[in-house]
Amino acid sequence: MPEHRLKALNPLGGDSAKVETFDVFTISENPDLALASLACRAGQANNFTKAARKHFGFEMPGPGASAGKTPFTAIWIGPDQWMIEAPFETHEEIAAELKAAFGGSASVTEQTDGWACFAAEGPAAGAVFERLCALNVAAMPSNSASRTAIEHLGCIVICREAGIRFSVLCPRSGAASLHHALVTAAQSAL
Amino acid sequence: MIINHPLLGPRDSQEFTYLGDAGLIERPDWQAEDAADAFYEYLYLRDNPAGLHKELWYHEQGDRSWLVVTRNISSHEIISVELARDVARQKGRSK
Repeated sequence: MPEHRLKALNPLGGDSAKVETFDVFTISENPDLALASLACRAGQANNFTKAARKHFGFEMPGPGASAGKTPFTAIWIGPDQWMIEAPFETHEEIAAELKAAFGGSASVTEQTDGWACFAAEGPAAGAVFERLCALNVAAMPSNSASRTAIEHLGCIVICREAGIRFSVLCPRSGAASLHHALVTAAQSAL
Repeated sequence: MIINHPLLGPRDSQEFTYLGDAGLIERPDWQAEDAADAFYEYLYLRDNPAGLHKELWYHEQGDRSWLVVTRNISSHEIISVELARDVARQKGRSK
């Protein structure tokens, strides 16, 4: 085995997660995330549901929702399709792990480094997001999620706790643009 | 304009892109005897009604589903929104 001395960088280019606080609102980069998309194959709904119960221990969420049980969270991203999140530290091989658990009932695609994740947290979340996207973020209940456009980027907004704790996933190549938009909106709102 | 997505509820039309007449999902069989004529009709001949029109819209900044939107071209009123896959299944298409 060749010995590599390469160091992975975070989506914003630093080697530690960037955290910025604005009064009652915090924007922080979350690099500790393994992601894979999981799609139920045609005619395999029964096998898929069984595998999901066994591997995750929860029912797959419906449109606009997310569901989770440590260490996994499933986010509905389209009909019969979910984004699965888990801690990177323990689930770096998430795609292979899901493929082994779901076999022929699902198609799995590795997404880990395709996305950047920002936690956007604080009671000002409603005021910040209303400057950013068409979603009515203030009305989102806990454990809801939706894809929408922020700063011309297709992003997934996940509500962890209604009105307070949100995560935004955006394409990794657009991380700096989304971060800039979040910071600008936070400065404008606070 | 607001499009009432059958799964996600009312969404802003900024999140959608427009493709064209919903007849585009009826792609002719390329192996049929009359394929050339069928494709000529499919590609070039469209009705251009002043009233109700069925259109294909794509929820690009959303769940990436294709929708069949029935819209009144004169008033811009949206009459109904269905998932394109449900429309295709009703017509006996398998997947």
